[in-house]
Amino acid sequence: MSSDANPVLLSTVSAFLAGLRASFLSVFVFVLVGTYVGIAALAHDYGFSLGWIIASTVLVWAGPSQVILISALGAGATLLETAIAVGLSCVRFLPMVVALLPLVRGPQTRTRDLLLPAHFTAASMWVESFRLLPSVPRERRVAYCNGLGLGFMLSAQVGSVIGYYLTASLPPLLTAATLFLTPMSFLVSTVRNARSLTDRLALVLGLIVCPILVYYQIGLDLMWTGIIAGTLAYGVHRLRRARR
Amino acid sequence: MSGYEGLWGYMVLVLVGFLPADIWRLLGVLVGSGVDEESEILVWVRAVATAVLAGVIAKIVFFAPGSLAGVPLSVRLAAIACGFLAFVLVRRSVFAGVATGEVVLVAAGFLLTQ
Repeated sequence: MSSDANPVLLSTVSAFLAGLRASFLSVFVFVLVGTYVGIAALAHDYGFSLGWIIASTVLVWAGPSQVILISALGAGATLLETAIAVGLSCVRFLPMVVALLPLVRGPQTRTRDLLLPAHFTAASMWVESFRLLPSVPRERRVAYCNGLGLGFMLSAQVGSVIGYYLTASLPPLLTAATLFLTPMSFLVSTVRNARSLTDRLALVLGLIVCPILVYYQIGLDLMWTGIIAGTLAYGVHRLRRARR
Repeated sequence: MSGYEGLWGYMVLVLVGFLPADIWRLLGVLVGSGVDEESEILVWVRAVATAVLAGVIAKIVFFAPGSLAGVPLSVRLAAIACGFLAFVLVRRSVFAGVATGEVVLVAAGFLLTQ
């Protein structure tokens, strides 16, 4: 898509529109629509309204964290427990934003101009920004990012509407299939994004530790899964490095 | 019913969804270039974040919500294993993985529940 990389983006508006357009041409449109079909189906099953689901996508904008939010609230977890689980699942945005901003920021960029691109930062937008931004003029990158992020968010909302109404009208087995989209797509996309051995190990350990914690009915299971499995994986990373 | 209808539901959303999520993005902006992407603390943070995600995946498969619970656990596990295998075999394609997992889930679920 060479036109995505047009170096002559005349104005902020055209940069924004170019970002929007690039989002609809990205392979992530399919991933997002599919993921949010699953998330909306899950939320519908737990009794949340479509308005609430759409608002959660605007405000949280993180598929995995929205699954945590919806399943925790839906299963009757306390607000504090839910907030901790959502917060832990979003810690990953700190390094992602830190890594992305040097690419987005221009010489004239004010810190408050970076708040919206930071809010739009999620796996989809992050990956595509690194691919697309280098060919966008530096002073237009904030607008381009906002277009890209908004486009991805719109795709997600389309998926939510489809998922919400599909699950209400489908036979149970196909509703189950829409719910299954979430773990299936998260597993493979997380494996694809896990570049280091530490991340892969954390994934495998998390898959093992979490069911054990849930089985023994230990509270805050997601938080403990993160801390136990994540720290074990990090420990292996330290041991391997120390031996070299 | 979720118990989170109306205005209260949206307040809860801001409190336990928006704030815990965006505090990290805001911190990312404020910290800016002060943190090295390869620093030790971020290696640990990424590992913890990945493990939380793995926990979410495992929880939905093992302790399935809603109508997914109507599909036997053996079928759910077989479907996710086949999906993962397809992902690995077909050039690490997310689409191939998801499509295969879904087909296995629906086909096996259909045969076993008839």
